[in-house]
Amino acid sequence: MPTLSERILTGGEGEYVDREVDRAYVHDGTGVLTYETFRALGVTEVSHPSRAYVLFDHIVPANNSTTADLQHELRNFASSSRLQFSDIGGGICHQLMGEGIALPGEIIAGADSHTCTLGAFGAFATGVGATDMAAIFASGMTWFRIPATIGLFLSGSLSGGAEAKDLALTYVARLGMDGATYHALEFIGDGVSSLSMDSRMTICNLSVETGAKTGMFYTDEVTRAYLQSYGHETAVQDPPDCAYSQEYTFDLKAIEPVIAVPPRVDTVRPVAEMAGIPLDQVFVGTCTNGRYEDLSRFATIVRGKKVKIRTIIGPASRNVLRKAAETGVLSDLITAGCTVLPPGCGPCLGAHMGVIGEGEVCLSTSNRNFRNRMGVGGEIYLSSVATAAASALKGEIVVPGGVV
Amino acid sequence: MKIEGHAVCLPADIDTDQIIAGRYLRTKDRSIWKRHVFEDLDPDLAERLEGAVIVAGKNFGCGSSREQAPVALKEAGVRAIVAPSFARIFFRNAINIGLPLAEAEIPCSDGDMVEIDLTAGLITVSGISRDIRPLSPRMLQMLAAGGLVSHWRQKR
Repeated sequence: MPTLSERILTGGEGEYVDREVDRAYVHDGTGVLTYETFRALGVTEVSHPSRAYVLFDHIVPANNSTTADLQHELRNFASSSRLQFSDIGGGICHQLMGEGIALPGEIIAGADSHTCTLGAFGAFATGVGATDMAAIFASGMTWFRIPATIGLFLSGSLSGGAEAKDLALTYVARLGMDGATYHALEFIGDGVSSLSMDSRMTICNLSVETGAKTGMFYTDEVTRAYLQSYGHETAVQDPPDCAYSQEYTFDLKAIEPVIAVPPRVDTVRPVAEMAGIPLDQVFVGTCTNGRYEDLSRFATIVRGKKVKIRTIIGPASRNVLRKAAETGVLSDLITAGCTVLPPGCGPCLGAHMGVIGEGEVCLSTSNRNFRNRMGVGGEIYLSSVATAAASALKGEIVVPGGVV
Repeated sequence: MKIEGHAVCLPADIDTDQIIAGRYLRTKDRSIWKRHVFEDLDPDLAERLEGAVIVAGKNFGCGSSREQAPVALKEAGVRAIVAPSFARIFFRNAINIGLPLAEAEIPCSDGDMVEIDLTAGLITVSGISRDIRPLSPRMLQMLAAGGLVSHWRQKR
């Protein structure tokens, strides 16, 4: 039986195919080069403006006049080409696409490596560069080499202090940083139904850290209910019995809180082994862990207490921020001493706010801990939200409690 | 299509943050990327890239989709990159901007002359030839044209 990638891309493994792209998006970081290349193609019109999105999230609001000028140019392009546009404050591109835009069965290309996040919706979603995106804007199409698929079988449900991020870091460590290069991942098994859409997006988000083209879930009742809340009626995709190129199994009950040690995402250790490492900053947010479920979990742990070190919270979107405000989560975070940023993802790549200094250590819920990424000479440990919250209260790495 | 250059050896898992750091991305001035390429890995490396063939370990270009990474290498004078495997977005980006890649595993010592014949699918270092994983006909056409943009304009 065909894998989900083969079903959506309609073809067999290894085949090169040209396909129409259902959604194509850029952010303020990759949009500038995309626009420049689009113009170089000599094309005047974007082929399908209704399918093309420009979403500002990397340096929002603009931090200096160079950025402001680049963003000004990109805004004008979006407006004159009648593209779908989200300005500063709207949120992180992958999150916004995941708020009722990305749909099951679609082919989605984003000019950002973490576009694979949207595989959570049973879509084939993958990152491309600026030139590929310019060609997609111009023609509405691109080419794919249909990937072989690695099956990750999940059983049981997460327990104790473990959350989706711990599963994500665990599978990245198991596969390795290039263990799935040129492959797609499929997450299947009876453990899937226990995972919320926010959790599935976190799990798919890290698939690119194994080199994978994308990571995907088949849609089920959880997906259907989520998309229904955005007004979409969708069908459930039945996982067939596929032939996977490799298979891995994960007992969710056995997943424990883990940390990725700098400078690699695949060097993962139990939090218990890392406990006591002093921290200068905690950062909670990004396309990995900036959703409402994450902010709410963090607030539950810090409620009525004070964080001991500077703690930065970046809501993934305006909707996340609004919901946090409505439910009191935002107030809990502020009262506990956290600094709340406008929706966006700047700190993750050291692009905007939350940059760390030489010799400083940040515990981050993001997806990359590469050398110097958040600031020259700084180190990044990656963890779940619960580990980040417990650690923020103590100013050092702490094993999260069992009740979250 | 033949390429020749002196080898610059690099380890495995070179990520795009190491090729060009996020702090240098917000510009259209390509000379900035050229100047700061590999800065966090080895600040002196940029000067050795003119006319070079990078010979790296597996998974070259992993990480972000930033096309500034292959552009920085090309601007710095890199003629081609050889590695046992590449991160897939980097792979597409490099071909799209006309920077040749060869998937092959070869021993590397800095300064060796490397010859790549993309059409024949061969790489030769110090008299020893190895096969390279063949590129698709479309990729070869794009490289021959100098990248996606020129290829596109030729077709239309």
